[in-house]
Amino acid sequence: MITLSHYIVLGTILFCLSVAGVFINRKNVIVLLMAIELMLLAVNVNFVAFSRFLGDASGQVFVFFILTVAAAESAIGLAILTLLFRNRSTINVAEIDSMKG
Amino acid sequence: MTLSQGILLTIVLAPLAGSLLAGLFGRQIGRAGAHTVTILGVALSCALSCYVLYQLVWGGAPTYDQNVYTWFEVGQLSAHVGFLVDRLTAMMMVVVTFVSLMVHVYTIGYMADDDGYQRFFSYIALFTFSMLMLVMSNNFLQLFFGWEAVGLVSYLLIGFWYKRPSAIYANLKAFLVNRVGDFGFILGIAAVLYWLGSLDYAQAFQQAGRLEDLTLTLVPGHPWHAATVIGVLLFIGAMGKSAQVPLHVWLPDSMEGPTPISALIHAATMVTAGIFMVARMSPLYELSETALSFVLVIGATTALFTGLIGIVQNDIKRVVAYSTLSQLGYMTVALGVSAYSGAVYHLMTHAFFKALLFLGAGSVIIAMHHEQDMRYMGGLRKYMPVTYITMWIGSLALAGMPGFAGFFSKDAIIEAVGASQRAGSGYAYFCVMAGVFVTALYSFRLLYLTFHGKERFTVKAGHGAHHDDHHHEPGVLAHPPHESPWVVTLPLVMLAIPSLLIGWPTIGPMLFGDYFGRSIVVGEAHDVLGELGAEFHGPLAMVLHGFTQWPFWIAFAGFAVATYVYLIDPAAADRVRRALKPVHELLSHKYWIDELYYAVFAKGGVRLGRAFWRGGDAAVIDGAIDGSAALVARAAATLRGLQSGFLYHYAFAMIFGLVLLLAGFWLFGHV
Amino acid sequence: MTFQLLCFYAFAAVTTLAALGVITLRNSVHAVLCLVLTFFSTAAIWLLAEAEFLAVALVVVYVGAVMVLFLFVVMMLDIKQEPLREGFIRYLPVGIAVAAVMLAEMLALIGVRAMAQVPAPANPAGDSNIAWLGETLFTRFLLPFEIAALILTVGIIAAVALTLRRREGVRHQDPARQVAVDPRTRVRVVKMAAERGQEPAA
Repeated sequence: MITLSHYIVLGTILFCLSVAGVFINRKNVIVLLMAIELMLLAVNVNFVAFSRFLGDASGQVFVFFILTVAAAESAIGLAILTLLFRNRSTINVAEIDSMKG
Repeated sequence: MTLSQGILLTIVLAPLAGSLLAGLFGRQIGRAGAHTVTILGVALSCALSCYVLYQLVWGGAPTYDQNVYTWFEVGQLSAHVGFLVDRLTAMMMVVVTFVSLMVHVYTIGYMADDDGYQRFFSYIALFTFSMLMLVMSNNFLQLFFGWEAVGLVSYLLIGFWYKRPSAIYANLKAFLVNRVGDFGFILGIAAVLYWLGSLDYAQAFQQAGRLEDLTLTLVPGHPWHAATVIGVLLFIGAMGKSAQVPLHVWLPDSMEGPTPISALIHAATMVTAGIFMVARMSPLYELSETALSFVLVIGATTALFTGLIGIVQNDIKRVVAYSTLSQLGYMTVALGVSAYSGAVYHLMTHAFFKALLFLGAGSVIIAMHHEQDMRYMGGLRKYMPVTYITMWIGSLALAGMPGFAGFFSKDAIIEAVGASQRAGSGYAYFCVMAGVFVTALYSFRLLYLTFHGKERFTVKAGHGAHHDDHHHEPGVLAHPPHESPWVVTLPLVMLAIPSLLIGWPTIGPMLFGDYFGRSIVVGEAHDVLGELGAEFHGPLAMVLHGFTQWPFWIAFAGFAVATYVYLIDPAAADRVRRALKPVHELLSHKYWIDELYYAVFAKGGVRLGRAFWRGGDAAVIDGAIDGSAALVARAAATLRGLQSGFLYHYAFAMIFGLVLLLAGFWLFGHV
Repeated sequence: MTFQLLCFYAFAAVTTLAALGVITLRNSVHAVLCLVLTFFSTAAIWLLAEAEFLAVALVVVYVGAVMVLFLFVVMMLDIKQEPLREGFIRYLPVGIAVAAVMLAEMLALIGVRAMAQVPAPANPAGDSNIAWLGETLFTRFLLPFEIAALILTVGIIAAVALTLRRREGVRHQDPARQVAVDPRTRVRVVKMAAERGQEPAA
């Protein structure tokens, strides 16, 4: 019998993994983007589970919208990445510091 | 037969459309285009207003009271744009649009050489729109909108010749004095909302009974009745707009504006907005004897003492302006004795004959090449016969000659005051009686100085060929005065007809009949017009009776004095002036009220401002602001280290924040 | 232990391991492939939760489009891996600590035990998850749906606008200008008197 907490725990684990990913891959923008995708996936898992267990379609509709926005976000993110690489020949976050105070 | 919303909307919006066209596209459509669109708009509005009046009076249409648009809703308060059209409103609509139409036509002649021709038409059409919004409103908020809108247009028009310092000074003065009144007015509206819970006339009046037991205590031990507070506050607004003592000072100065607007705004319509408003609020005013006494005393003071100033003025427009003040005082007195329909009736007749007098004065001014000083006029009768005759009609109506429009309304007011038992009515009775003498005196003085007697100007051909109006010698004209063009005289004739005749058919139904129906509420106990109505046997009887009454003989005395002093023996004027030097000084300085205001409010305000600037602004606020700016700069210098510019530093900060937040929830309870 | 639960554990384990791979693998291409695996197994878990439409959408949209885009970008850019990996070991303990603390806090806050008691209700979607979802989406959420479409369009335009490069010195045709040519600017017809040979001097 799969219960709500199964899904929630899975979502939590995914989220914490992606947070750890942000920490340890702090220089690689591509992996950072992927970690963000993972975070959104974790959130989506929770939404789907709640929608199923509360019998409310809004949760799944919301996942739909999150997928939409995340797709747009990664498309633009990758476009910026390409532009960045073209101009500075690096994707190392440590070297992107022109906004330094 | 019912009133249609479409017609009412057209009435309001047609002048607005004309105004926008003339104002925004004035350059494209040219002078003729500007006056065509605005006159068409106002004429349409006027025709439809007459139709509405016809429907209400003869067609048996019920009162129209509906909201057409919801402006906003905040909690319990909802603000609408709506129309309340009953017979009171319809009468005002007809008066406003008719006078406005006449003034539009007149303006074609009067402003013919002015650079701001299109701008002027745009303004007066906008004024018509605002005034209609004011009178047709069915709620306090829209009333306030119209109130402020007419004030704005008045401000714009007083300062129409914006290159003249005196015009700018005058419109600033009008604006500031009206702010004082509006302050009271908006407090009154707030009080209505607070106590009656609605801004809608119908709902507020239905709840008015609740005011009986409510009081407001500002000074401990002296509670005020809610009805009195509302009445006095709203009336303070009316004092500003309708120029009652002590807020009357702006109206004479408003004569800096072009003459057509003096006729339209500062005589016939806008200044009567206060009178209309109080009449409309009669269900509230009837609840408070105190507020009505206050109204009565203010009105009586205005009626007599501003009329006195009119006697010593030399500027032809200013004489008419002070006479307007005095007549507004009469209307206010009528309100004060609960004779609301008398006030509104006088408002109507006054609108016709005072607009006529102003436009006539304007015609004289055109003929004199913008010379306004009566000391340089005289004998104009033979040059401009139409103006001469119509001015006589207007003056006779103003002075209350039996049979003329002004007689019916003014006589009714005087008798109503005599019949009233209200506190202050004795004082008011004296003031309005004395006022009759004063009115006759200044009216005939104006006529004699302008049209009769010797010519006190000289015609010098070739002089002033450069047509510079402001620098010529007084009393010297380039060519002889002549009658004005037909666009000027047509409105004069059109206005002279109602000034002569309007009283006959209307006095019965409006004053003593049930014309106003439930628009105006008068308590049983002090229905003075009802008492007079018992003795009313038709207009002819009233006219004949009028010849035997005191007011006629008092007015006749005024006429006689004016005739002797200004016509038969002009030297007598100087002798009288010398004999009564202190009185003359007092009057020609207008009781030193302007000087007083200037010394107390203007100078005091400057001194107060200076004190705040030195003490408050420079020391406290600047100190605090400069200090905090320095603090921010120092803090920022310290905090700048945090802005590493590295993306992952910010990501770390976010995640640490999230961890702390979670810990907080975990440790300090559950949400 | 039912079969479904067994499946759940299996897919959950794959998801977790693949996600771990995403954040630890040295080679970016491998990391992207791990992310694909994560999405696949999550889709399977959503199938278990009877959210069929979203599971399929996740595979089609994410794996089919977004991940391929990632893969393209990673392969297209010539990235030196070494500098990007520096500090990996140094921050590993911090990352693990933060993640662990967060996990503990979240689980404690959510109250896993209490939720374990919640029984799964009958599926409100009935037979067709798509009909259920579609009905909601096109009635209550019609406006957000349209806005989402707009956002996607804006995203496409933004991505194109960002990466579009105008090269200098490349010869190419401009059809619009070719069509818009006005003959008067090209050919000038001159009228002149006919030339006449000079009479030879006698």
